[in-house]
Amino acid sequence: MATAKPLPVNLTDEQIDEFGREMDAIYDEVMASRGEKDRLYILRLIRTQRSMAFVGRMIIYASLFLLPPWGHALAGWGTTLVVMFLGVAMLGVAKILENMEIGHNILHAQWDWMKDPEIQSNTWEWDSMSPSDRWMHSHNVVHHTWTNVVGKDLDVGYGIMRVTPMQPWHVKYLLQPIYFVLLALLFEEGVALHEQAIVDVVEGKKSPKDAGLGPVMKRIGRKMWGQVRKDYIMWPLAGALVAVPLSFVVAVSPWQVFLLVAAANAIANIIRNVWAFVIIFCGHFPEGVYSFTEDQVEGESKGQWYMRQMLGSANITGGPLFHVLSGNLSHQIEHHLFPDMCSNRYPEVSPRVQALAARYGLPYNRASIWRQFGTTWLNNLRLSLPGGKLPPKVASA
Amino acid sequence: MQTQQPPSRSFRNQLIRITDWFAFPLRASHYVELVNPLWTTHKMQAQVVKVWDETKDARTITLKPGTNWRLHRAGQHIRIGIPVEGRHYTRTYTISSAPERSDGLFTITVKAIDDGRVSRHIVRNIKVGDFLPVGLPQGDFYLPDASPIQPLFITAGSGITPAMSMLRSLIAQHRMPSTEHIHFAPHEFDVIFGKELRAMDAEQKYYHLHEVHTRKFGEDQHTDSHFSLEMLEQFCPDWRERDCYACGPASLLSALESTWEEAGISRRLHIERFMAEFAEVPADATGGKVTFARSGVEVDADSQMNLLRVAEEAGMNPPHGCRMGICHTCNTTLKSGCVRDLRSGEILNEAGAIVQTCVCAAAGDCELDL
Repeated sequence: MATAKPLPVNLTDEQIDEFGREMDAIYDEVMASRGEKDRLYILRLIRTQRSMAFVGRMIIYASLFLLPPWGHALAGWGTTLVVMFLGVAMLGVAKILENMEIGHNILHAQWDWMKDPEIQSNTWEWDSMSPSDRWMHSHNVVHHTWTNVVGKDLDVGYGIMRVTPMQPWHVKYLLQPIYFVLLALLFEEGVALHEQAIVDVVEGKKSPKDAGLGPVMKRIGRKMWGQVRKDYIMWPLAGALVAVPLSFVVAVSPWQVFLLVAAANAIANIIRNVWAFVIIFCGHFPEGVYSFTEDQVEGESKGQWYMRQMLGSANITGGPLFHVLSGNLSHQIEHHLFPDMCSNRYPEVSPRVQALAARYGLPYNRASIWRQFGTTWLNNLRLSLPGGKLPPKVASA
Repeated sequence: MQTQQPPSRSFRNQLIRITDWFAFPLRASHYVELVNPLWTTHKMQAQVVKVWDETKDARTITLKPGTNWRLHRAGQHIRIGIPVEGRHYTRTYTISSAPERSDGLFTITVKAIDDGRVSRHIVRNIKVGDFLPVGLPQGDFYLPDASPIQPLFITAGSGITPAMSMLRSLIAQHRMPSTEHIHFAPHEFDVIFGKELRAMDAEQKYYHLHEVHTRKFGEDQHTDSHFSLEMLEQFCPDWRERDCYACGPASLLSALESTWEEAGISRRLHIERFMAEFAEVPADATGGKVTFARSGVEVDADSQMNLLRVAEEAGMNPPHGCRMGICHTCNTTLKSGCVRDLRSGEILNEAGAIVQTCVCAAAGDCELDL
């Protein structure tokens, strides 16, 4: 089967079909070998992540006993902030693990095969402002089906940025380096508001009522309230309540305690936001990644779909810990080829996909985080102005 | 397994609600689980504290239940979740211990079935220290609390488990009535709880055990000792005056059913079935298009495959438990169309009818609220 307009490769449709069959074989082989080891991996990871989140919060509390008014040998702002940052970093890493290697992947139904009632894509809720079922729609359905198709995939520029010259320039894109930084800091909120309904209303295509904005916003609002209540009310408040009786003994102010804990949690959230933003932007926007038009997708075969996923994604190199912390989205290519394969298997699949790409003479976009994020940032600057450079007309390695 | 919290405004529940705000979107219980999985309230688990081989292929697992546990009534069963090769399975097993046990533990006794992957896994691979998700005790196969009855137990193989729980309970309460017990097992060393049963027979004045061995030593050959009216008359001449509690393979249970029916005292026969017996699907039965309304999934199904499997093969994961029509975890409502209960052959076609997806198949097109 041929698409209305061919993909940018030097292969016949038959060759692309064979490429697809080889991909299918890799997928089937790995999916059939899932078992107890994979189950233990996700269970241990969840346990580790929850322990880290709790211990991180406890370290933040513990640091408050180092505030200068305590007057003991270790008391002082320096030690307080160092210890508090240790807790913040731990909480931040726990949030990163929860959102990326655990939440993102469970919500992709990667672990549904276990039939574990606790770990199911249809019931899992993650530690993020975005309600998981809303996100699953905009991500699993829209983004993973229409990967990098300009005008269809909302993730192409997220409605606020120009990430490929195929998007027509508009004066609003002049400010996109600023959006870029803001989105990095507020990525979690950005993801929550990343909804077709909202985009339609903002662009004036639909009235709020036609877009069904009310129920969507109510749902997002409830989730956000739960998140805000946890990080900016409950945990700071519990610290402040303990500080009330203590304030009769030493000069610690309950208000100060409240603000310190809230600020610590905010920094943990920002650490997670920036990290998730960096990893995710490295997935589709570095130099050499292809975007597509709708007529390149029309009538697409399975082989062509695989091809588009591979040309439209980029990997980041790194060690095992880096891969886990990136939610294995450092294997973005494998993730896009096999979105429901459990992520702990991507590292073993990656060399096979890379070799397969090499045999068919196709590019396999894989580089260090510095190169991938560096070119993403440069592209962002360049594309804020009209014009820009498209990747080669024929993708080859 | 999920435990349902009754919506109560008690102080304890309010407190739990507020602590849950710290753990959003999880619950505080998810963090309590890190310390001790038995203390959780969002699901119930039990820890294996002892394993003991009853026969060459049957094992008793002693379990310590979590905080929200409710005592069973002797004869009741529980659902238990077992991970085998990474996949979660749910099975139903009768509790074999008495609720009067003073240490708060309970036991299940499982026989490895030849082609039963899950039962074999429980018997061979479950270790002391493992945590298993469990449900609360369920089932209506138990002795009446107060009214005096004279039981006749007829059990075979691992069907001994509910009777064992009842007998142990009666002994613990010091109220063993006149009891006859006919038990079928391969041979004298292959009787689950054999030693304990014989000791009961010797020590309890009113308890009489009649063991029937169905195989010879060292041979894979059946003796011709199976249930018959003559055997019943011989062991228990007053069987018509007794309440019979029976558990065992389907062939035994159907023989009992016809015997009691012929005697016109079916209501005195109480049966616990662990293998749903399926009625024959008529040859002209047809399947149809199954619509899972909430999931928006439509698939074609034949007249044999249960709807739970139909749903699972379509990539869904609807709630389920025993897969044999006992636990009702898989209950859903029929929105329209027609399904057949595979056990009775009965046709359900009224909109709003409760459908147990694990034992019902399509009988024409149907739409389910799943």
